[in-house]
Amino acid sequence: MAGPGESANKLESALAEVASAASARALDQLRVEWLGKKGQLTAELKTLGQLPAEQRREAGQAINQMKRTLSEAIESRKLELDRAALEQRLASEHIDVTLPGRGVDPGGPHPVTRAMDRILEIFRGMGFAVATGPEIEDDYHNFEALNFPPHHPARTMHDTFYLPDGRLLRTHTSPVQIRVMKNQPAPYRVVAPGRVFRSDSDQTHTPQFHQVEGLLVDEGVSFADLKGMLLEFVHAFFEDELDMRLRPSYFPFTEPSAEVDIRWRNQDGSAGRWLEVLGCGMVHPNVLEHCGVDAERYTGYAFGLGVERFAMLRYQVNDLRMFFDNDLRFLQQFR
Amino acid sequence: MRFSFNWLSEWLDLESSADEVAKRLTSAGLEADSVTPVGVGLDGVVVGEIVDCKPHPDADRLQICTVKAGDDEALQIVCGAPNARTGLKAPLARIGAALPGGLKIKPAKLRGIESNGMLCSAPELGLGDDAAGLLELPEQSSAGTPLACLLGLPDWVIELDLTPNRSDCLSLRGIAHELAALEGCALRVPDMPPVPAQIDDTLAIELKAPADCPRYAGRVIRGINPTAATPAWMVERLTRSGVRSLGPVVDVTNYVLLELGQPMHAFDLERIEGPIQVRRAAENESLVLLDESDIKAESDMLLIADQTKPLALAGIMGGADSAVSDETRDILLESAWFNPASISGRARRLGMATDSSHRFERGVDPELQRLAIERATALIIEIAGGRPGPVLDESDPQHMPATHDVDLRPARVNQLLGTDLASNRIADLLSGLGMQVAADGERLSVRPPSRRRDIELEVDLIEEVARLVGYDALPSKRPGGSLRSQVPSEKQVPERAIRDGLQARGFQEIMSWSFVSSADLGRFQMTDSAQPLANPLNVDMSVLRTSLLPGLVRTARTNLRHQRSRLRLYELGHVFSQDTSQGEQLRLALLLTGQRHRESWSQPSLTVDFYDVKGEVEQLLATAGHASTELELSDAQVPYLHPGQSAQIKLKGQSIGWIGQLHPTLLDELDISQSVFVAEMDWRRISDRQLPSYRAVGRFPAVRRDLALIAPESLSAANIQKTIESAAGALLEQCIIFDIYAGKGIESGFKSIAIGLIFREVSRTLTDEEIERVVSSVVTRLQQDCNVTLRGTN
Repeated sequence: MAGPGESANKLESALAEVASAASARALDQLRVEWLGKKGQLTAELKTLGQLPAEQRREAGQAINQMKRTLSEAIESRKLELDRAALEQRLASEHIDVTLPGRGVDPGGPHPVTRAMDRILEIFRGMGFAVATGPEIEDDYHNFEALNFPPHHPARTMHDTFYLPDGRLLRTHTSPVQIRVMKNQPAPYRVVAPGRVFRSDSDQTHTPQFHQVEGLLVDEGVSFADLKGMLLEFVHAFFEDELDMRLRPSYFPFTEPSAEVDIRWRNQDGSAGRWLEVLGCGMVHPNVLEHCGVDAERYTGYAFGLGVERFAMLRYQVNDLRMFFDNDLRFLQQFR
Repeated sequence: MRFSFNWLSEWLDLESSADEVAKRLTSAGLEADSVTPVGVGLDGVVVGEIVDCKPHPDADRLQICTVKAGDDEALQIVCGAPNARTGLKAPLARIGAALPGGLKIKPAKLRGIESNGMLCSAPELGLGDDAAGLLELPEQSSAGTPLACLLGLPDWVIELDLTPNRSDCLSLRGIAHELAALEGCALRVPDMPPVPAQIDDTLAIELKAPADCPRYAGRVIRGINPTAATPAWMVERLTRSGVRSLGPVVDVTNYVLLELGQPMHAFDLERIEGPIQVRRAAENESLVLLDESDIKAESDMLLIADQTKPLALAGIMGGADSAVSDETRDILLESAWFNPASISGRARRLGMATDSSHRFERGVDPELQRLAIERATALIIEIAGGRPGPVLDESDPQHMPATHDVDLRPARVNQLLGTDLASNRIADLLSGLGMQVAADGERLSVRPPSRRRDIELEVDLIEEVARLVGYDALPSKRPGGSLRSQVPSEKQVPERAIRDGLQARGFQEIMSWSFVSSADLGRFQMTDSAQPLANPLNVDMSVLRTSLLPGLVRTARTNLRHQRSRLRLYELGHVFSQDTSQGEQLRLALLLTGQRHRESWSQPSLTVDFYDVKGEVEQLLATAGHASTELELSDAQVPYLHPGQSAQIKLKGQSIGWIGQLHPTLLDELDISQSVFVAEMDWRRISDRQLPSYRAVGRFPAVRRDLALIAPESLSAANIQKTIESAAGALLEQCIIFDIYAGKGIESGFKSIAIGLIFREVSRTLTDEEIERVVSSVVTRLQQDCNVTLRGTN
C-alpha cells in the first residue's frame, strides 16, 4: 500500500496526463487506466482491506477524493477537446458568403398585365365582377346593340378590322356589356378586361391594345355615382389624390358622355398637364332597351379605359410600341 | 372645324380671348385641338405700292423700287424678290418695325444704294409658307393701310375636333349659337336679306329620289364678271379655315358653307341641258369629278344630273365638266338637303372625304337652304356682279325630317344627374340654346332649333342640361350602394396563380400580335384553318394567329439576337381558327431554350431538354390543382415538332395541347442555332378544377421496396408504371422511377430501370408478408405483360 505522498504523486502525474491528452480517445484510455475496473486508483481501493480499521476510512476517503478529482479533470478536458474540435470544424467550414446563391432568376408579368391586374384589383374591391367575351365579334354586339346605326359617322371613329364573312375584331370591350345584360337580369356590376383592335398604326396607336370596360346598372344610379367612382379609382390606381375633370363628349352608347382628364403631377409635385385617361357616361336608354332592361326603372353608367395608357403613365413608359416589341430588356423592368 | 376667331367675334359680343373661348368650348364638349395666332406683331407693316422699279447698277438680282407708303410718301427700297414689279401691292415693313421673326427694320445700304424699309414675303410676316416672292396684296387695297387692318389681324385660328353628333357646330353660325348660350352673351346675326330677282330665268328641278333628297333649292345668276377677284378679307377667312381661294363663285359657296353650315355648289349654266334631276345612279354610271377622279357610281349613290348626263355626285363633289371656270358668266347655284343615310359612307367607299360629305353625313339644318341661297347670291353680286333669277325651291315635305317636341321631366334630369335643379332653371338653360320650352304640367315640352339634329330623346336634353351646368359643377358621390360580393368560382383556377407560379419559376410573360403573316404560319404548317383579315394593315399582319407559338418563337429569335441565350417565356392569349369546333380559344404557351440554370459557379452547365419543359407543364398543372396521375403524354406527330421528341398532352384523358422540341428544319429556317422546347395548351381545360375532397390521412408508417428491373428499350415508363399500379392495387401509395440506364452491362435493346414502391395502409401497419405478396405479384405481372424482369434474375 502506497503512502499518502505516493498517492498524491500518482494523482499529479495522472492529472498531467489528462491535461495533455490530445483526443477523446486518449482521455478514454486514461479513464480506463486510472478509474476503470482494473485501473490504478480502483486497485488502491481494493487494497484498503489491508489497512488497519481506523485508517481505512480516511484512506478510502482520500482515494475517492482523488478519483473524483481525476474524473472531473477528465470530464473538463473532454469538454475542452470537444470545444476545440468544434471550433476547428467551424473554422474549416468557413465559406465565401459573397458568392452568389443558387436559385432561379424570376420572370415577371408583362407591364400591361401588371397594370391590368392592379386595375381589376381596385374594381373587384369596389364590388365589380370580371366578365370576358370573344375577340372576334359581330356587328350586332360591337356596334348595333351599342346604338351605332349602320353607316353612322360614329363608326368612323373606330377603324375596324373585318373578316371576310363580315364579322370583325372587336374595337372595344363594350360588346361584353351587351353579352352580360342579355344573359342575366339587372342589376349589373361588371368590368370587362381584354384585347381590342383598331386598324391604326403610328407613334401613338397600335393595331391592338387592351381595355377595361365597366358597367354598373341599378336602380337610382346617377352621374354623381359615376364621378365618385372614377375619382376613387384614379386615386387608388395612382396612389395619389390627383385632380380630375370631366368634359362632355360623345359615345353612341352613353348619354351624357364624358372624357375624363387627370391632372398629372410634375417631378417637383406641382400640378402639371391635364391628360385624357378614359371615356365614360350614363348608359344610353336605347342600349338598355336593346338588352331588355327597363330603362325607366334602371339607370347606370359605363366607362372604358386603355390599359396601355395607364401603364405608360404609371411606369413612365414613353413609347407605346415598346409594349409589343417584347424586348426582354424592356419587359424585365416590370417584374 | 377650323375657323378664324375674328370672324366668330363678328357674330357675338365676345369679351373673351381666343384661348378663353377655346377652353370654354372644350369644357362644353367641343374640343379645341389648337389655337394658332396669326399675324401677331405687324406694327409698322403697311400696304406698299411699287410705283417704279429699276435695276440695281451693281447687282443682277436686286431692283431699286420706289414704293408708295401713303398718300404723299414715297420710299426708296432695294428689293431682291423676283415678283417685284411696278404696280404690285405688297407688305411694306417701315423703318422701326419689328417683324415676327425678330428682324428689326433699320435704314440700310445695299451695294451702295440706300434702302428705307423692306418689302416682305408671307413667311417673313409669319403668314404662310410661300417664300418664292413678295406677298401679293389685292389691287384694290390702298397704300399706307396697316396690313393688320387689311387682313383682319391679329387673328387666331381655332381648330375644333367635333364629335359626330354636333354637326350644328360645323359652321360659324352654330358655334356662335353655342358660345352665346355658354357665355351668356348676345348674338349678332349678320343681316342676310333676300335678294330680289332681276331676271326671270328658272330651271325645272325634278326630285326623282325624294327620300334621299326631299329639298333642292337653286338659283340662276347671269352675267357675272369672270375676271372679278375675291376680296382679301374673304380669302383670309377661307385660308384660315384651311380652304384655298379658287375664284369668287367657288369662294362664296365655300364661305357660306363655313359661315352657315350649308354645303353649296355652283354649276356652269351653259353646261346644263334642261331640267335638273336628283336621282339614284345607275350601276356603274361614270362621272369625272372636280378633282379629276373618274368614278363609277353605285346604285345607292345619289347624282345631280341633267337630261343627258350626271353633273355631280350629290352631297359629295361636283363634276369636272359642269364646274365653274375662268370664263363662266352664267351659273346655277345649288343648296340642297340630303338625307344623311343617303350620303353616309359613300364618300368613304370611294376613298374620298369632302367638307360637303362630312356635313351631309352628320346632318345639315333642314331649314337653311333658302337662307344660304340668298346669302350666296348677295355675296356673288357684291363681288362679281350679275343678275339673279328667282329662287328655285323644290321640296317634298313628306320626306323632310319632322320637327317634333321632346318631353323632358325635370325629376328625371335630377335623378340621372344627381342634381336638384328647379324646373325653370332647366327651362332657362335650354332656352339659351335656342330651344322653345313650354311647361306642360310636370313636364317641359321642348322644341329644339332645326340645326340641332342630335336632339331626339329626353336623355339628349338631359345631356344639354349637364353640359350647360358644367360637368365639374355636377355633384359627385363616393362609391357605395348595395354591396354584393363578387368572388369568382373556386372551381376556376385564378389566372393570377398560374402566372405567378410561372414567373416564380423564371418565366417572363410576353404579348405578341394577334395577327401574323401567312408565311409565319406556313413555317409551322398552321395555315389550314387560319382566318384572314379582309382589310389587314399590311401583309405581315394579314392573318389571325392560330397558335401562340409563331409569336413566341419570333420573340425568342429577337431576344437571342440580343445575346440572350437562355430564355424562358410564356404567353396567355386568344388564338383563332376557322374550324368552328375550335373557334376562338384562350391558350397558354411556354418556351424554353438555352441553359437549364442561370450561369453559376455552383451548377453544372446543362442545356434544357424535353424533361425541363415537361417538368414545367407538370408543375403548372400541379399549381392548378390537378393530380399528377391525371396528366398523360403520348407520342404524337406534330409538323413543327421534332418527331422523336413531341407529344400530345392529355388531362383526364382529354387532349389539352402539344409539347416538344421545335423541329430542327424549322429552327434552320428561322436561323436559330440552339434547341428550343415549347408547350401550348388550352387554358380553359387547365383552369377547370375540382374542389378538394378530404380523404383520411395515413398515420401508419409507409414501407418502401426498391426494384431493379430490366425492360425492353422501347417500353415506356408510363406502361411500366401502369402495370405496376394495376398489379399492386390499393396498398401502393407511390411509384417512383429513380434511375434509368442503358449501355454497358445491359443487353442491347434493353434498359435498366430502378423503381421505388411505397406502400401504406391507412388503418394499420403493413406486415412483411403482405408486402412480399404484393411485390411478387407486381414482378410476375411485369414479366408476363411487359417482358420486364428483375435485374440479375436471368
